[in-house]
Amino acid sequence: MNWMKCLFVREYQLANRVGGGALIGVLFFLAVVTIFPFGVGPDMILLSRIGAAILWIGALLATLLGLDRLFQADREDGSLELLVMSGRSLELVVLIKCAAHWAATGLPLVLATPVLSLFVGLDFQSIVLVTLTLLVGAPALTLVGAVGAGVTVSMRRGGVLLSILVIPLAIPILIFGVSAATAGAIDSNNFLVPFLFLCALTLFGLVVGPLAAAAALRVSGD
Amino acid sequence: MTLYDLANPTRFLKLVKVLLPWLIVATVAALAVGLYFAFFVAPEDYQQGQTVRIMFVHVPAAQLALMCYAMMALSSIGSLVWKHPLADVSAKASAPIGAAFTFLALFSGAIWGKPMWGTFWVWDARLTSFLVLFIMYLGIIALWKAIEDPIKAAKVNAIITLVGVINVVIIKFSVEWWNTLHQPPSIIRSGGPAIHSSILIPLGLMALAFVLLFVTLHLMSMRNEIMRRRIRAMRMRAASVAPAASSNTVTKAAPAGAR
Repeated sequence: MNWMKCLFVREYQLANRVGGGALIGVLFFLAVVTIFPFGVGPDMILLSRIGAAILWIGALLATLLGLDRLFQADREDGSLELLVMSGRSLELVVLIKCAAHWAATGLPLVLATPVLSLFVGLDFQSIVLVTLTLLVGAPALTLVGAVGAGVTVSMRRGGVLLSILVIPLAIPILIFGVSAATAGAIDSNNFLVPFLFLCALTLFGLVVGPLAAAAALRVSGD
Repeated sequence: MTLYDLANPTRFLKLVKVLLPWLIVATVAALAVGLYFAFFVAPEDYQQGQTVRIMFVHVPAAQLALMCYAMMALSSIGSLVWKHPLADVSAKASAPIGAAFTFLALFSGAIWGKPMWGTFWVWDARLTSFLVLFIMYLGIIALWKAIEDPIKAAKVNAIITLVGVINVVIIKFSVEWWNTLHQPPSIIRSGGPAIHSSILIPLGLMALAFVLLFVTLHLMSMRNEIMRRRIRAMRMRAASVAPAASSNTVTKAAPAGAR
């Protein structure tokens, strides 16, 4: 148990301290949300209608941005090799790394969401729903992204390819996340069904993400 | 001859050499008959007129787009579980063919959609999922190109392909999930086909022709990939035999043998 805690703390601190830390993702999130009104116009009614989608896409892009750091830094300094050879379950190592990465980069995005919701004119209920769906759904983004990060770990500039590979896998998460988040605004839309699907996708990612990412890391290790 | 015998690329190439002429003849014949039926025998639709004939390309292409992914997924299992050397080659060869068929399905759907729905593109569930499939194919092709070592590339691609299978399943069932503008599946469903046999028979012929086309292209593409790998191996051997030699020696050392 102790090594898991140590690994988590190490990963969390590294993610917080390297490359601008957790705030850089939130900053990017803010930039993406800010740029939308310039594209679609300052119409608050329109913005409040697509607000949940803007926030979800912003969170998705911000997550993608940080993903290439998930394994690459460890590969560069050799600690990834040590983790692979440590005899511990690599799947568990990946899971802990994902958890720490999410705590350092994903959680700040969720916490920033209520504030950014005000910029797109969401009402109270929508703010709660968007934040809740992101809290449940954003881990799935990180977990699915871990697969892409593991697959592209040996590439020097794998960031763009990682995004291309991960975005198709993230589409179901986005669909159910946004439809659950907008359930409050559109009455005909049931909240519970997409929300449960979102939970299912996160649980599913919890299994598939570490398994596939660990397999990819083993391949690129030898 | 079992699947294990085919692990020897030379034996596989021999088999391809025997099969390929027959396959090409069968493909051309099936395409000719299928196209004849599609263009001259099948009746016009009372609503859609001549444009209904686009279906005879559109539907088989869409089926093949999914079939290619299934082929890729099976090959990926083969290369991950049994480390079958031909499975790597098969998975790599399937990707561009699948991308081409997906593009064909999207393109024929767009030119069919313009007269029927009044627009080239709608964000309907199935259209969208095919676009996603297209992006996945292109991403996988890019990943194949990005990793130089073919064995490592095969394993990494197998992993991403198998993770993507989940997405293909979602594509298949997306019709039921978000049932929108695109008509629901009407060929394979409980209670028999909903299409009249005068259209169903040409459609079946075209589907057969497309499957034959796929098998032919796939075998040719696999053959090319094996050749490419042999050339790569020869080049590396030549480079290791004569590291500082001139290009003259390299050409002499090159035909040293097969893989």
